[in-house]
Amino acid sequence: MSAASEAVAPAAPSAAPGPPRSEERRRTGVPHAVMGTLIFIVTELMVFAGMVSAFNIVKSRSPAEWWPPPTQPRLPVEATAVNTGVLLLSGVVMFLAARAWSKDPARGVRLLRVAVGLGATFVIVQGTEWYLLIEQGLSMTVSAHSAFFCLIIGCHALHAIGALVALVWVLRRMGRGVATQGQFQAAQAFWYFVVGVWPILYARVYLL
Amino acid sequence: MASTADHADHADHAGDAGHAHHEPGFVKKYLWSTDHKMIAMQYLFTGMVMALIGGYFAYAFRMQMAFPGQHVPGFGFMAPGEYNGLVTSHGTIMIFWVAMPVLLAAFGNFLIPLMIGCDDMVFPRLNRLSYQIFLISAVVLVASFFVHGGPFGGAWTAYPPLSAKAEYNLTPLGATLWLVAVALEFVAFLLGGINFVTTAMNARAPGMRMWDIPIVIWMIVLASIMFMASVGPLVAGAAMLLFDQTLGTAFYDPARGGDPILWQHLFWFFGHPEVYVVLLPALGIVAEVMTVFARKKLFAYKTVLYTAIATGILGFFVWAHHQFIAGIDPRMANVFTVTTVLISVPIGEMCFVYIATLYGGSIRLTTPMLWALAFLAEFLIGGVTGIFLGASGSDIYLHDTYFVLAHFHYTFFPIAIIAVFAGITYWYPKMFGRMLNETLGKIHFWITIVGFNMAFIPLFICGAAGDHRRIYDYSSFPDLAKPYLQNLRILATVGTIVILFGQIFFLINFFRSLRGGPVAGPNPWRANTLEWTVPSPPPHGNFAVMPTVYRGPYEYSVPGREEDFWPQNLPD
Ligand SMILES: [Cu+2]
Repeated sequence: MSAASEAVAPAAPSAAPGPPRSEERRRTGVPHAVMGTLIFIVTELMVFAGMVSAFNIVKSRSPAEWWPPPTQPRLPVEATAVNTGVLLLSGVVMFLAARAWSKDPARGVRLLRVAVGLGATFVIVQGTEWYLLIEQGLSMTVSAHSAFFCLIIGCHALHAIGALVALVWVLRRMGRGVATQGQFQAAQAFWYFVVGVWPILYARVYLL
Repeated sequence: MASTADHADHADHAGDAGHAHHEPGFVKKYLWSTDHKMIAMQYLFTGMVMALIGGYFAYAFRMQMAFPGQHVPGFGFMAPGEYNGLVTSHGTIMIFWVAMPVLLAAFGNFLIPLMIGCDDMVFPRLNRLSYQIFLISAVVLVASFFVHGGPFGGAWTAYPPLSAKAEYNLTPLGATLWLVAVALEFVAFLLGGINFVTTAMNARAPGMRMWDIPIVIWMIVLASIMFMASVGPLVAGAAMLLFDQTLGTAFYDPARGGDPILWQHLFWFFGHPEVYVVLLPALGIVAEVMTVFARKKLFAYKTVLYTAIATGILGFFVWAHHQFIAGIDPRMANVFTVTTVLISVPIGEMCFVYIATLYGGSIRLTTPMLWALAFLAEFLIGGVTGIFLGASGSDIYLHDTYFVLAHFHYTFFPIAIIAVFAGITYWYPKMFGRMLNETLGKIHFWITIVGFNMAFIPLFICGAAGDHRRIYDYSSFPDLAKPYLQNLRILATVGTIVILFGQIFFLINFFRSLRGGPVAGPNPWRANTLEWTVPSPPPHGNFAVMPTVYRGPYEYSVPGREEDFWPQNLPD
């Protein structure tokens, strides 16, 4: 190829088919905010992957009867299962809200409010459970198990709260009619991350 | 000429619109700016200041190595704890506050918008926040030098239980501040990385296709992605370490059900990719410099790119080669030996690609080119000595000796110093509008290179002889206190001083040329990429007319063209 182009006139090296370059426009595949959020989510996934791997390693080295120690307050497995359902439902409603928003913004906003409400319910129920657990004497220093429980579940709670704040911010902008598609999608993407990562954490920390 | 025209233009505008817009105040211009070029300068100058601190520390502890227990001029007597603090701080500073901010943040911020033809980063305020957090992190780290008990002294890798328990490290506050500083620094680079990748993917000039992006931009983007994919587990690990230090949890405490080796996994899962996080931008800088001063097309552009991606992926599967003696399963060690030796294949290939780029070119030995060539030569030594450490058999002997340290410096010094100087001397005319002095540049180059080899070749020998790297004074170890080893240590110390002495020429050259250098004009090197089509230094917003790209970045010496370069934005 190079020999041929040397022999002939200096052709442009990447003479790919398509419209001439002078007619091309600046391409923005996905909105900046969405792209930035997606990259951030990759990092966040790795943070959780790191914590879960650490959990796995420490668990694999502890005697089974000490994971968790019998003296430690029992985790509310059943109540959290129900709460998991609430969070997943919130994710589904969020999806419907996004679909509705482009066609019928008012309906989209209503659905989004429901999704945020469900998300807030999840956080409040989690908070109540934590309050009870702490009252029963659970803390990060009781055992390796309790330390990981507080670390992983607490980290997820912080993310849920952060995502809810972002969603409320988007809702308020929607109310004023200034929310952009990109902002909504970015906040949504982060919420899907919060919803999507939870069942894995629940299964790992509460169940297995 | 273009720069005077630009000045006239500015004067006109100032006459029309008054001073409010064109003359922002000092704070707004230098500290609160969202201009990517100003943020790049902030990172660059912060990195340079930190490099001087790190260099001073190196001088101090090398003097202790050469003349144990004696008064160090400019420092004083050094206690063992102080020695540990200096070594730790030197490593931490040079990696997290010099190599990363300069290679990734300074060059990334300066080059990405200019080379892809847009006016700024897509998230300029996030960018400003990134630098501000970075500055706070640097302040926190420097503050830790002055707190009660002194800075953290448990090595830049901060292995627990030494790093986790105050009764072992004796620097409770220093250790916590160290961790907080590193965590803040990660946040800063996370924000920066999001910006870099989004900008490079979303804001390219019309006509700039995937294969028209300059290699250095690809490398910075890949490095940012690697950083963001690898830092997560370390953030988790750092949070756990912080809780161990402050709340008394037992994540890393084996006595209470924790696992100290866990930290090593989380740390090195980040720590090894980190090598490529800084190596890739360095390779990119060298590629730009070499093509311009060999007046030749980059050999196998796509191969370079695929190789970099392969390196990036493989880089995630080698981390345990740092832990061969930490009690990991020998079968695991075999796996990591294989992956480690494998990763030298793409890097070796990269060296051949660069040599092929040079082959047959009309090479001009300017200062940036000398640095680029030196990068290749010195990094090769670092790469080859790495094989001995990647193979678990020989690593068991060489682990924690000065051989490791010398190998490490033969990789990081070319990356963080040599390639950075290639980049600074190459883009200086664009950054400041003036040319550097070539004579001073070459004096600086030769002194640095001679000093560098003088400092670290002896340490290979010391390491092979068994010098353990965490010893403050060898005089009580008869096997290591032999005169020939001590002479090598003195030689290495002299080399360190020579390196530091050489930097005086750089600083003189850098600051004198800011005002006194010859005016550079927009394109002094006759280069193709877009940053050379705008005035030097580029005005706010970079491009008067937004460019359209018509070809790849490396069309040098194209047959049939009158000129030996072909700017990317020139219509066919
Ligand atoms: Cu490594």
